[in-house]
Amino acid sequence: MPGFVAQRLLYLVPVLLAVSLLTFLIASLLPGDLAYVILGDQATPDKVAALRHDMGLDQPIWWRYLSWLGNVLQGDFGRSFRTGQTVLQAVMERLPVSLELMLLAQLGALAIGIPLAIACAVRSGSAFDRFMTGSAFSMLSVPAFLSAILLIYLFAVELRWLPATGYVPFSEDPVGNLRCFLLPALTLALGEWPVLMRVLRSDMIATLQEDYIAMARAKGLKPSRILLVHALKPSSLTLVTVTGINIGRLIGGTVIVESIFALPGIGRLLLGAIFTRDLIILQGVVLFVACGYVLMNFVVDMLYAVLDPRIRHGHA
Amino acid sequence: MSDPVLLSVEGVAVDLPTPRGNLRAVDQVDLRIGAGRTLGVVGESGCGKTMLSRAILQLLPRKARLSGRVMFDGQDLVRLEPEQLRKLRGRSIAVVFQDPMTSLNPVLTIGTQLIETLQEHLELGALAAKKRSAELLAAVGIPAPEQRLMQYPHQLSGGMRQRVAIAIALSCEPKLLIADEPTTALDVTVQAQILDLLAREQRRRHMAMILITHDLGVVAGRTDEVAVMYAGRVVERAPTPELFKRMRMPYTEALLAAIPKIDAAPHTPLPAISGRPPDPTRPIQGCSFSPRCRYAASRCFREKPLLADADRLDHQYACFHPIQVAAGICA
Repeated sequence: MPGFVAQRLLYLVPVLLAVSLLTFLIASLLPGDLAYVILGDQATPDKVAALRHDMGLDQPIWWRYLSWLGNVLQGDFGRSFRTGQTVLQAVMERLPVSLELMLLAQLGALAIGIPLAIACAVRSGSAFDRFMTGSAFSMLSVPAFLSAILLIYLFAVELRWLPATGYVPFSEDPVGNLRCFLLPALTLALGEWPVLMRVLRSDMIATLQEDYIAMARAKGLKPSRILLVHALKPSSLTLVTVTGINIGRLIGGTVIVESIFALPGIGRLLLGAIFTRDLIILQGVVLFVACGYVLMNFVVDMLYAVLDPRIRHGHA
Repeated sequence: MSDPVLLSVEGVAVDLPTPRGNLRAVDQVDLRIGAGRTLGVVGESGCGKTMLSRAILQLLPRKARLSGRVMFDGQDLVRLEPEQLRKLRGRSIAVVFQDPMTSLNPVLTIGTQLIETLQEHLELGALAAKKRSAELLAAVGIPAPEQRLMQYPHQLSGGMRQRVAIAIALSCEPKLLIADEPTTALDVTVQAQILDLLAREQRRRHMAMILITHDLGVVAGRTDEVAVMYAGRVVERAPTPELFKRMRMPYTEALLAAIPKIDAAPHTPLPAISGRPPDPTRPIQGCSFSPRCRYAASRCFREKPLLADADRLDHQYACFHPIQVAAGICA
C-alpha cells in the first residue's frame, strides 16, 4: 500500500506541472496587455513600457513562466493589482463557503441517490424502477438556474421557511449559516443525484447477478447485509469516480448557484476577476481549481484501493 | 434406505420464461435422500442439475416458476416464509458452488465471509467466531489459518478457495450439503483432494450430501445412490454399485463410455455422445434421448417412457428398451 501511494503521488508531478503551464498560458495569451489594463487607455507609451519592464512582461514567455512557477512553489501566487489582496488570501477567504456548499450538496445527492439506486436494482425492471429511472432522467435535464428559481419560489417565497439569498458565517450563527446553505445545496444535489443513482443502479444490477451474491443468500444472511455489505461495496467504484469528479468540480465553486444565492464563494471570486480583468487573481484561482481537481482524482484512486483489495495488491 | 428421509423432492418442475418461449429446465423430478446418505446427480451441461439444486435451496432466478414440493425435515421449502427459509439456509442446508473464483466475495476477507455465517446462525461472540473460523480452515486443510482469515480471496489459489467455500458450508454443521460441481473449475490434481475432503467431512459429520457432477467417475465410490439426469428429467436411479454393475438406460451407458480410459491404446477415438441435448424450449414428444439413442425404436419417438421400478425395487429407469433386458418388459 505505501508503494502504491508513492507511485500515484509521483504521477501527480507531471500532471500538476502541465496544469500550471496551461493555466499560465491561458492567462498570458488572453488578448490585452496587462500593463494597459492597469494603467487604463490614457497611459503614455513610456509609462506602459516602464510598467512592462517592472512586471517582467518584456521578458520571453518561458522565462516569465519559470519565475511565476518559482514564486508559486514558494507560496506566492501574486497579488491583485485592484484590491491589493494576495491570491492566497482571496482564495482562503472564499474557500470555506465553496467547500461547505460542495459538502452539503454531495451529502444530499448521495442521500437521495444511493437508497433509490439500491431500491431500483433490487426490483430492476419493475414499475417502480422504470418510474424512478425515468424521473432521474427528467431531473437530469433540469438546469440548475431553473431548479434554483423553483426552490426559491417554493421555500422562500411561498412557504417562507428559508432565506432566498445571503450568507451568514458559521462562526456567527451556525443555524443561520446552515439555513442559507440549504437551498443552494439542494439545487446542486437535485442536478447530481440522477447521475449517481443511474451509475450505482446499473453496477448494482450487474453485481446482484454474481455468484457471490447467490452464495451470500445460500449462507442465509439477512437481505440488508447482502445488499449493503456484499453488493454495495463492489458496486461503488463508478459511484466513487463520479462523486470524486463532482467534488473536484465543486471545489472551484459554482458560478451560477453562488451568483443566484449571493454566496461569496470561489465561483463568484472567479466571475468578479473576469469582469474586472484581474488577471493575477484569475490565473491564481484557475490554478487552484485545477489543482483541486487533480488532487481529488488522486483521492479517488486511493479510494479504489480501499474498496477493492485486488487494486491494492496490484492484481487488477 | 434405512435412515429416515431427510430431503424429498416431489414432482418438482422449474419453468423459465425466455424470449424464445417457456424453457422447462427441470421436469417432474422425484428424489429422496436419507440423513447421512450421499446422492450423486449426474448429467451433461444444461440437463438441469444446477437448476435442481437451486430449486431445492429456493434460490432460483426471480422469473423462474417452481412447482412441486421440496420436503426437508418435515417442512415444504417451497411454501416456507422467506425469513424461515433464510434461517435454514447456511444453517441446515449448505451449498458449495462450482467456481470458487466467483463464489467468494472479492472485496471481503476470508475471515469476514466465514465469521458472518457463524454469527448469523449461531450465538457466537466475535472472539469465539474467529477462533472457530480458524479451526474450520484448519479442518479443511488450509495451513496457517489465522493469517488466511485476514486475506482476500484473490490471494489464494483455486483449490484453496474451494476449501474456504467448503469451510463456510460446513461452518454451522448442516444436515444437508449440496455440492454443485465442486471440482469442475479446479486443476485435475486438486480435484481428487477436494472430493476426498468432502467425502471425509460428510462421513465425520454424518451429514447428507448431494454431489452434482457431469462425471460418472466422480460419483463412483463416493456416493450411496446415483440419479442420472437428461433434459431436465431423472432417467435412471439406482444404488451406486448396482448402477455400475447393471446400468439399464442407454444414456447412462453412453455417459460412461464417454469417460477416457487410462488403459485405452493411444489415439483411440473417444465414443462421445453424438448430437446435442434437445432444445428445452421445444419439448420432444417421445423419449427425449431418442434422437441420440442407438437403440431407439419407433415407440421411443412416439411415447415418453416414465421412470419406473423394474425387476429391483431400488433401481428405476425410464426406457422402453433397457440394456441387458429383453425389449418391452419394463415401463
